[in-house]
Amino acid sequence: MIVAEKKPISEIIETIREHSKVLLVGCKECVTVCEAGGMKEVGVLASALRLYFLNQGRNVRIDEANLERQCDHEFLEELRDVIGEYDAVVSLACGVGVQFMAEKYTSTPVYPGVNTCFMGVTERRGFWTERCQSCGRCILAKTGGICPISRCAKRLLNGPCGGSTNGKCEINKELDCAWQLIIDRLTALGKFDLYEELVPMKDWSTDRAGGPRKVVREDVQL
Amino acid sequence: MIPKTPSKLERTLSAGHLAVTSECGPPRGSDPEVIRSKALKIKDHVDAINVTDNQTSVTRLCSLASCIHLKLMGMEPVLQMVTRDRNRIAIQSDILGAASFDIHNILCLSGDHQIFGDCPQGQNVYDMDSMQLVQTVRHMRDEGRFLGGADIERPPKMFVGAAENPFADPFSIRVPRLAKKIAAGAEFIQTQCVYNLDKFELWMKQARDRGLHEKVFILAGLTPLKSVGMARYMKTRVPGMDVPDELIKRLSGVPKERQSEEGIKICVESIQRLREVDGIRGFHIMAIEWEEKVPEIVEQAGLYPRPEVA
Amino acid sequence: MRLQYPPNIRILRVPCTGKVDILHILHAFEKGVDGVYLVGCIEGDCHFTSGNLRARKRVEQARVILETVGTGGERVQMYNLSSGEAPRFAQIAEEMTERIRKLGPNPITTAAIKIAV
Repeated sequence: MIVAEKKPISEIIETIREHSKVLLVGCKECVTVCEAGGMKEVGVLASALRLYFLNQGRNVRIDEANLERQCDHEFLEELRDVIGEYDAVVSLACGVGVQFMAEKYTSTPVYPGVNTCFMGVTERRGFWTERCQSCGRCILAKTGGICPISRCAKRLLNGPCGGSTNGKCEINKELDCAWQLIIDRLTALGKFDLYEELVPMKDWSTDRAGGPRKVVREDVQL
Repeated sequence: MIPKTPSKLERTLSAGHLAVTSECGPPRGSDPEVIRSKALKIKDHVDAINVTDNQTSVTRLCSLASCIHLKLMGMEPVLQMVTRDRNRIAIQSDILGAASFDIHNILCLSGDHQIFGDCPQGQNVYDMDSMQLVQTVRHMRDEGRFLGGADIERPPKMFVGAAENPFADPFSIRVPRLAKKIAAGAEFIQTQCVYNLDKFELWMKQARDRGLHEKVFILAGLTPLKSVGMARYMKTRVPGMDVPDELIKRLSGVPKERQSEEGIKICVESIQRLREVDGIRGFHIMAIEWEEKVPEIVEQAGLYPRPEVA
Repeated sequence: MRLQYPPNIRILRVPCTGKVDILHILHAFEKGVDGVYLVGCIEGDCHFTSGNLRARKRVEQARVILETVGTGGERVQMYNLSSGEAPRFAQIAEEMTERIRKLGPNPITTAAIKIAV
C-alpha cells in the first residue's frame, strides 16, 4: 500500500491559521491501514485543532469526513454538496488524493495532512517498510522476488557493493542489504547461477525520469 | 598479453612486471598545487597514480581535472569514476573529456552513498552500476560507439579497471563477483586494502581455481597503518574492512612513537608475502594523507626502481 | 475503606484502561475538564494482558498533542496500581488535584471568558 505519516499538528495549524471553517477528510484505504489518515486520525486531528483554536479564543469550525478513496471521481463527488460551506480542506489522503481533490474543487484550498512516504508493507503493527518504487518494468522474476531498485540504497543491478557488512547496508546497520537477501533467496531456490548473469543498464524511461506517467487501457474504455 | 591501449600501466603489466600504483586525494578547494605536490612525492616510485572521485561523498576538486593536471606534468593518471554522481550522458562525456587529454586508465566504481559525505541531502544518480560502467567504457573503446549507437570520433583508448573487496560480505560471492567484473570487461582489479592476508590468499586461491587470475591483472591494495588508533578505527568504523586482532595486538605492543614505523613494516611484509602469491600482478598502495611514505615502502619492498617500458 | 479523597474527581469506570480511546481524553478537554487521569492495573498484571500498556501509549500520545495545542501535557496522566491499594488510590487523587490546581483551569475556559468580555 501507499505508506504515509501524519504531519505534525503544529505544521497543520500553521497552514490553516487564516481559516475559520475547515473540513478534514480522511481516506479508508492505504492511510487507514498505516494509521495516518483514517477515521481515527481525522478524529484525533480534529479534536486537537479544536482545542488549539479554543485555547486561542477563536471560533473555528473543524468538521470531519471520511471517503472510501480520494483517487476516484465517484467518491470525491460525495463532497460536492457540502464543500462550499468550508473555506479550506485538509485531506489526510496520500498525495494522490490531495491533488485529485484539489483538481476537482478548484475554488477551495486543499492542504495535505500527511507526508506520503513510499509503497510498502506492514512488517508488523507500527512498522512499515518500502518495497516498490514503481520503475515501470518489473524485474522481480530475475531477483528471486526481491527488488534491488527499491531495497538497495544504490539501486545496483549487479550488487552487492563493497560496503555490505553482515547482511546489512553500509548506510544503516538496521537496513538489510538487498543483495544479501537476493543471494540468499536465489540460493534457496537453487538458482544461484542467475547471480553471475550480467544485468544490463536499466531503461529508466518508464521510471520518474521519463516524466509523469500514464497507463491507458483502450479495451476498457468506451 | 598484447596491450590494447597506450596505457603505461597496461604495458608494465603486459610485460610481466609487478606493477605499483598509488593514489592522491584531491583538495577541498581549487588549488592544483596540492595534487601536483602529492604526485611529485611518489612519481618515481609508481607506474600510475589513481585520483579519487569525491571519495566518501565528500566534495572535492574532481578526479578528471586532477588527472589532467597530472597528465600535463607527464605522469600516468588513473581516473577513478563513480556512478553515484553522473548519469550515462555525463559518464560518456567525462570519458571523452579524459580521452581528449590522453588519459589512458579508468577505475570504475559505484561510489559510497552520499549519506557519508558533506551533502547527505543531495540526490544520487546511480543510472548505472560499476559493472555497467566497465561495459560502457569497453563499448566506447572497442566498438567506437556511444551507448546510443552513434559513432565516436576518436574513441577513448582506456585500460579499464574495477575494484573488488574480498573482505565484504558475503564471502561466498566475492569470487563470482570478480568473475562478473571480468565478464563485463574489467582488465585490471585494485582490491580494497588487505590486512587479513590469510583470507586474501583464500580469495586468490578460489580465483585461481576458476582461472580468473589469467584473465585479469589483480593488484593487491595496501594501506599502511599509522597507529593502533587508526587500526581500531578501520576495524570498527569502516564498512567492508577486515583488520585481524593480531595486527591490533602487534601495534599496541609497540610504543606510540614507533607505531607508524611498525605500520610501514607490516605493509612491507605484506608486499613481500603477497608477491609470492600466484596471480598477484602488483600492488596498489593507498597511503591516505601519508603519501610521503610511499617511496620508502616501495624501496623497502624491493620494488624500486620502477621498470622502464616501451 | 471509606478513605477521603478530593470531591472534584469524577470517576468513570471501565472494564480495562485499554478501553479508553485517545478521543475520550481529547473530547473531555474540549468539553472543558481541567485534567484527566487513568488508573490501570500494575504493568504485567493486566487482566486482559496488555490493555494497560495500550492505555499508557495513548496517554503519552495525548500528552504530546495537549502540549502542542496549548492545553498542557501535564493535565493527563497514567497511573498503575492494584485493586487492593486503596490508600494509593486516594493519594493519586490528591496528587492529581494538587497538580491541576497549580496549573489552573483548562485554558479554553479562560479564553472563552476573554471573548465574552
